[in-house]
Amino acid sequence: MTSLPAQPTPKRLGLVIDLDTCVGCHACAVNCKEWNAGGYHAPLTDFDPYGAAPDGVWFNRIHSYEAGTGADARVVNFPKSCLHCDNAPCVTVCPTGASYKRGSDGIVLVEEDKCIGCKLCSWACPYGAREFDTDAGVMKKCTLCIDRIYNENLEEVDRVPACVATCPASARHFGDLGDPNSSVSRLVADRGGYDLMPEMECAPTNKYLPVREKTTGAGATLPLEDASPEGGFLGWVDRLLSDASAA
Amino acid sequence: MSTSPVSGDRPIDLSPSPGDRVETTTCYMCACRCGIKVHLTDGTIRYIEGNRDHPVNKGVLCAKGSAGIMQHNSPARLTKPLRRVGERGAGEFREIEWSEALDIATAWLARVRATDPKRLAFFTGRDQSQALTSWWSQQFGTPNYAAHGGFCSVNMAAAGIYTFGSAFWEFSEPDWERTEYLLMFGVAEDHDSNPIKMGLSHLKERGAKFVSVNPIRTGYSAVADEWLGITPGTDGLFVMALIHELLRAGKVDAGYLVRYTNAPYLVIDAAGEADDGLFARDEEGRELVWDRKSNAPRPFIDPDVEPALRGEVELPDGRKARPVFHLLAERYLHLDYSPAVVAYQTGIAEDVIKRIAAELAEAAFEQELVIDQPWTDWRGVRHETMIGRPVSMHGMRGISAHSNGFQTCRAIHLLQILLGSIDAPGGLRYKPPYPKGFDSLPRPTGRPGDVNPNLPLPGPHLGFPQGPEDLLVDEDGTAMRIDKAFSWEAPMSAHGLMHMVIGNAWRGDPYPIEVLFMYMANMAWNSSMNTSRTLEMLTDKDEAGGGYKIPYIIYSDAYYSETVAYADLVLPDTTYLERWDCISLLDRPISDADGASDAIRHPVIEPDRDVRPFQDVLIDLGARLGLLGFIKEMGRPAYPGGYSDYIANHERQPGVGPLAGWRGEDGSETGKGAPNPGQLDRYIENGSFWREELADEHKFFRNVNHGYLAYAREKGFVKTTDPVISQLYSEPLQKFRLAARGHGDNVPPESERNRIETYFDPLPFWYQPLDEAAADTETYTLHAVTQRPMAMYHSWGTQNAWLRQIHGSNRLYVPEPVAKQAGLEDDDWVWAESRSGRIKVQVKVMAGVNARTVWAWNAIGKRAGAWNIDPAAADITQGFLLNHLIDELLPEQDGGRRYTNSDPITGQAAWYDLKIRIEKAEAEDGRTMPQFDEVSKPAGLGIRPDILRYAGGRRP
Repeated sequence: MTSLPAQPTPKRLGLVIDLDTCVGCHACAVNCKEWNAGGYHAPLTDFDPYGAAPDGVWFNRIHSYEAGTGADARVVNFPKSCLHCDNAPCVTVCPTGASYKRGSDGIVLVEEDKCIGCKLCSWACPYGAREFDTDAGVMKKCTLCIDRIYNENLEEVDRVPACVATCPASARHFGDLGDPNSSVSRLVADRGGYDLMPEMECAPTNKYLPVREKTTGAGATLPLEDASPEGGFLGWVDRLLSDASAA
Repeated sequence: MSTSPVSGDRPIDLSPSPGDRVETTTCYMCACRCGIKVHLTDGTIRYIEGNRDHPVNKGVLCAKGSAGIMQHNSPARLTKPLRRVGERGAGEFREIEWSEALDIATAWLARVRATDPKRLAFFTGRDQSQALTSWWSQQFGTPNYAAHGGFCSVNMAAAGIYTFGSAFWEFSEPDWERTEYLLMFGVAEDHDSNPIKMGLSHLKERGAKFVSVNPIRTGYSAVADEWLGITPGTDGLFVMALIHELLRAGKVDAGYLVRYTNAPYLVIDAAGEADDGLFARDEEGRELVWDRKSNAPRPFIDPDVEPALRGEVELPDGRKARPVFHLLAERYLHLDYSPAVVAYQTGIAEDVIKRIAAELAEAAFEQELVIDQPWTDWRGVRHETMIGRPVSMHGMRGISAHSNGFQTCRAIHLLQILLGSIDAPGGLRYKPPYPKGFDSLPRPTGRPGDVNPNLPLPGPHLGFPQGPEDLLVDEDGTAMRIDKAFSWEAPMSAHGLMHMVIGNAWRGDPYPIEVLFMYMANMAWNSSMNTSRTLEMLTDKDEAGGGYKIPYIIYSDAYYSETVAYADLVLPDTTYLERWDCISLLDRPISDADGASDAIRHPVIEPDRDVRPFQDVLIDLGARLGLLGFIKEMGRPAYPGGYSDYIANHERQPGVGPLAGWRGEDGSETGKGAPNPGQLDRYIENGSFWREELADEHKFFRNVNHGYLAYAREKGFVKTTDPVISQLYSEPLQKFRLAARGHGDNVPPESERNRIETYFDPLPFWYQPLDEAAADTETYTLHAVTQRPMAMYHSWGTQNAWLRQIHGSNRLYVPEPVAKQAGLEDDDWVWAESRSGRIKVQVKVMAGVNARTVWAWNAIGKRAGAWNIDPAAADITQGFLLNHLIDELLPEQDGGRRYTNSDPITGQAAWYDLKIRIEKAEAEDGRTMPQFDEVSKPAGLGIRPDILRYAGGRRP
């Protein structure tokens, strides 16, 4: 068993993911893969990459599916990675202390040297967010790009997770969810951001923004009125032209 | 618990090196051409990210671009020139040296050039160097050159140019920052990729309405405010019904129409005469309108003219005429285009069509936006403000890939023009160097007499015909080009018909060829219709001599794609990170609405294989063949430094070269200027791109903005400051019609006249797509289309180790009601059958799809042996292509004639006209059908690792 740090951590770094604008393009997943392939958990091993059943380590996966049937059906693009929970069961279940939550910013990490590959953490995680590298024999996971967000070799503007920097639809936001005045906290408040599976009581840091109310174009008068109710063909044209030349 | 390990911060390296070197260049994972930063460690790619400063992607990067590492490191990369030793298609090669490869190519090509240059067909696929490849083939002297536009989106490109001097995507973009209403037609991932995603995000943040018209609700359609699951091929009906509604209600921008469009032009009404349907002109050739003030005809150009939009008038010579707008209103006010009538065919309810029309009117006229920016129009009239109509549109493959796509795309532009929103704030904005008037662009070259041994073609191959006089046909009306572009079969085929080349060459119709030279085009697989038949044509032999019907095939590709096995000579290309390239304003620009841009690629990694950039090879071959422009005095090569030498020093016209930035000897000029020896360095210093922001008074109404037009002329974008008047009525189409009626010196053969008369309507109309109309629709009840997945472009991406984990097998998506009727559930097997072929595939049931449409992701399927993929891979055993169901020819007409399965105006491949039926099948061995013999693997291909531990140069 591994203990969690004192709660709440001074900072609670995490992601806010906008399900309204996510088009399911997988940019975040692949950019995460390439940054992290050479990052903290390098490599993100790929098995049988050119073979019958290619399967690799990905910290961020996009689930696109259709929910419901008939007129009620909806296509959902749902990106999912570690949610860096406050009550992270993947940490408390770890027998070696390999899985831990940072006291300063709340990021949940795995220290590979201490990992014995028992996979208890992946069983404990209700979100299925852990990735076991069978080649290395250790558990790997989203680090919130800890090797980017504080990286003094990067320009300040680049010190965000790779998935956030690359998202073409601006559907991913990074910041301190422990600070009620941070841009991400305000976004969550404004848009009704929510926890994934709150009933699991993991208190995830990452939040999801729901689909916005659809813009309806409700200002329009329906249906359009006939311009020439008496039926005079194009009677309105001259009137329009007079208006246009007066203007 | 006190003994438990504790969380907390532990010592880790928070600032690891992101690499020891970073280079900027341009992505090539699709046609978007985003700016990228490539981070390297010890010469290994650590990371590729979007370049924040780049005008196209502003720092973001899609899944494809992010997977560039795996494209670069693919074990499918070719490693050495290859000479075929086995039978064609077997994949049996011997490796040869470049000297031998170039000698062979030179010998084959020189013989053709010295005897009959048209016996070379040079066609390029994903070519981003068309300014070079077209010029090379022009100097070679063959009329048979084109890139892949004919099977991509020429309907969209041609309809745009002929209508408003631009086109969707590369030449225009929605005003993402200001538009209040976006109508998007038939767009999946193509095109363009990142800018659309970025733009939609802006729209949603502002609460602007986004309507996606698409049979399938995925991707953009899934996040749209409203999804209209239209029946494929009926978009034109929907759009014309919107026009019907707007006209009925008088919701058009009449002031805009009389000033900037040909709505007031007088059209001669003289049935049976040679000028029927042409514009009335004065003796100076200026188009006439009816001036309401003087009640007399006056030239449109007169600044104080007050043109009428309706009424029949009598011209001084007694002929009758009516304004374009009058004809247009008559057409679309007709009940045929009323919402009630089109609802059934389109699958969009009458009240929905009416509502969308009302919303468009509301957005355009009630949400009018005004920018306090004075400007002067082409007549010299000063305007104090810019009046915006914040409605924009975008359309792509779903419009283009139908045989009625040209007229449909024109209808979309008409809708936009009637609302006054072309290059208005909030509307569809031009991107420099566009607009360009359709009548200012080159016309095609290759008429009888233009093709001569050892001589260049006297002009560019491709262009925009202004009338029948510009066709490339001989006296009998027979096509001069192998693809029959610019013939009566496809008169306005501005991009050629690459999809017809192999079939026509095999048939010897209009003539046989000797050398087929292709670049980066997977024509033996997913880029051809009727793939199985195409493979037979490539391997078919002459009964007499035993040689192949297409005698020599030269192919250049960086990868072992399906087509490589069919080449006799393989010229291995580099990856996009190992080469020079230019993204040129002369070719396919990457500008944005606020500024002109171009860009380069430069080698950020040295090739570790014996490969050469195709452009270097082409320039080398040009010099070896002694092509004009490729040699200088004493026959020495004009560009000994290869493509980069050409990019910096080639001048198409004095002062105009491939790149517009840092011209002039000291690099101080833009647009026009002498070659600058330091130009490429300046590009690299600037992030490998150049951009010039337009002045604020030049950012809108550019088709008629005198200040902008003068700027564009100064920069060499256009030749004159003539306005680009929007062509609601397209006179060139009418000229073809008149020819079909027997007028003029260039008339079609009798057999072609009805077809020309029918389709060359100068006002858009809707007709049932041709293959669909020819199909037995009682039997083939379902439409079948493909979409590009966002994480994959086509076969070059499907071999990518990361991307193929995202899309590795394929399903045919079947609408719920169809599945229910056929008793189908997810993963059941079906035979999908068209009039010309059948495939066996697995299905997935879907709700969000038009009830008469099935669909699949494009190009997931691969051939066993190709791409250095395990033959047991799901891409091969479970992947499939719809191509097998699509015939490249329409069914036989009376008299035995078989036309191309293409748009009859532009020759655009009609991929999406397909009708099929499905029938439940047994799983049997669990493999999709058809499967093909495994091709052998060239010796030099890399090892296919069982485990890939890519770590970006990081040492364990």
